[in-house]
Amino acid sequence: MSVKTLTIDGKMVTGIAGETIFNVAWNSGVRIPRLCHVGGVSDVGACRLCLVEIEGQKKLMASCMTNVEEGMVVRTNTERLQSHRRLILELLFAERNHICAVCVMNGQCELQDMAEELGMDHVRMRYLFPKLEVDTSHERFGLDHNRCILCTRCVRVCDEVEGAHTWDLKGRGVNSLIIADLGEPWGQSDTCTSCGKCVQVCPTGALFSKGRTVGEMRKDRRFLKYIVTAREKHQWIR
Amino acid sequence: MDSLIKKPRLATVWLGGCSGCHMSFLDLDERLIDLHQMAELCASPLTDYKDFPEVDVTLVEGAVANEEHLEHIRHIRKHTKLLISFGDCAVTGNVTALRNMFGVEEVLDRAYRETSTQVIGIPRGNHAVPKLLDRVRPVHEVVKVDYFLQGCPPSADKIYSFLMDLLAGRQPKVEERRFG
Repeated sequence: MSVKTLTIDGKMVTGIAGETIFNVAWNSGVRIPRLCHVGGVSDVGACRLCLVEIEGQKKLMASCMTNVEEGMVVRTNTERLQSHRRLILELLFAERNHICAVCVMNGQCELQDMAEELGMDHVRMRYLFPKLEVDTSHERFGLDHNRCILCTRCVRVCDEVEGAHTWDLKGRGVNSLIIADLGEPWGQSDTCTSCGKCVQVCPTGALFSKGRTVGEMRKDRRFLKYIVTAREKHQWIR
Repeated sequence: MDSLIKKPRLATVWLGGCSGCHMSFLDLDERLIDLHQMAELCASPLTDYKDFPEVDVTLVEGAVANEEHLEHIRHIRKHTKLLISFGDCAVTGNVTALRNMFGVEEVLDRAYRETSTQVIGIPRGNHAVPKLLDRVRPVHEVVKVDYFLQGCPPSADKIYSFLMDLLAGRQPKVEERRFG
C-alpha cells in the first residue's frame, strides 16, 4: 500500500494509492458537494457537482472518479467551481418538475439541501416542464420520474448490493429515464426482490414508499454501511 | 419630528399564488407595528387602491399566469425601485406552474368541462376573466427581479429579517435559502 501526499485547499493530506480525491478530501474534513456518490457503492461521476481544480490541468475533474497522486495540488471551492456547481444545480431543477412544496421528500431532500448549501436563489434558464409518468405499479413503492436527477444510485445499489440489477437507464441526455428490467412497469418486474434499497438511497423524492404524503418520506441508509462492513470485514455489526 | 422624515414606501402584490405568502406576512403579528414604523405600506391586497403608486420596495407573491398578471407586473416594475420575488411561486412557478406540463386547452377543458356538473362555457379571456398565458412563468422571466425570497411560504421570521435589512439600507442576508 503506497501512500500519496497531496494538498487539498492548502491543507497537506495523505491518501492511499487508488483512493479517490473525493474520499481523501472527506476523510480530512473537506466536504466536496455531491449528489450521485453514496458510500458503499461504486462511483460513476454522474452529477458533476464534485468537480475540482487540479493544478497543471486545464480540465476540471470529477473528484469521485480521479485517484490521488503524489504532489497533487487540488482546489475544491474556487469561485469558478462554485459558479459551475450552481449552474449544474439550476440545470437539474430546470430539466424536470422538482416542485418542492408538493413532494414527499420536502424538507429531507438532498437536492433541496444542495440548492440551499450552494446558495442557488433562482433558476436562470427556462424550466422545461416535461410531461413524465409516475409508476405506482409496485405494491409498496413508487417511482416519480418528475423528481429524478439520474444520479443512478438506485441502479448501482440494486446491482452491487442486492445483486438483482432490476434498474437501468434508457435513452440519452435529457431524455434518459430509469427503467425496471426491459422497460416494464416496476410492479411487473421479474427481477425486483422488493428489498427497497433503491428507495433508501434515492437522494430525492423520485423513489418513495407508498402511503407517504408531502414531506413525510424519510430515508435510512444505515443498512448500506451494515452490509458493506459485513462484506469487507466479515463483521455483522450495526 | 418622526412623521416628517419620509419613510420608505412598501407595496405587496398578489399574482398567481394561493395568498399563503401574504398569510405568512401577516404572521409577523406584533412585528407589523415595527414594520409600520420603518415603512409605509402603500398598496397591497390588504388595502384598497386603484392605481399602483410609486414605491421603493414591492414584494410579489405568485407566478405570472395570465394576461392581467403580465400587464400588472410590467406596470409595477416601472413604478418600483426594488422588486422582490416573494415565495416559491414567484421564484420558480411552483404549484401555479404545475399546469405547464399540459396545454392551456387541456387545463381549461379539465376545469370547465370534464369536472363541471353544468357546462356553461370555457372562459377565454374577457373583461371579467383574464386570458391564461400559454405557460406560467416565474416573475424573473418577465421583468427584472432584484431579490429572491424562497419558501412555500417564506417564514414570518425570514420575511421580517429580510425586510428589516432592506429597509435599513443593508444588504439583506437570507440565512436559509430553502425552496419548499
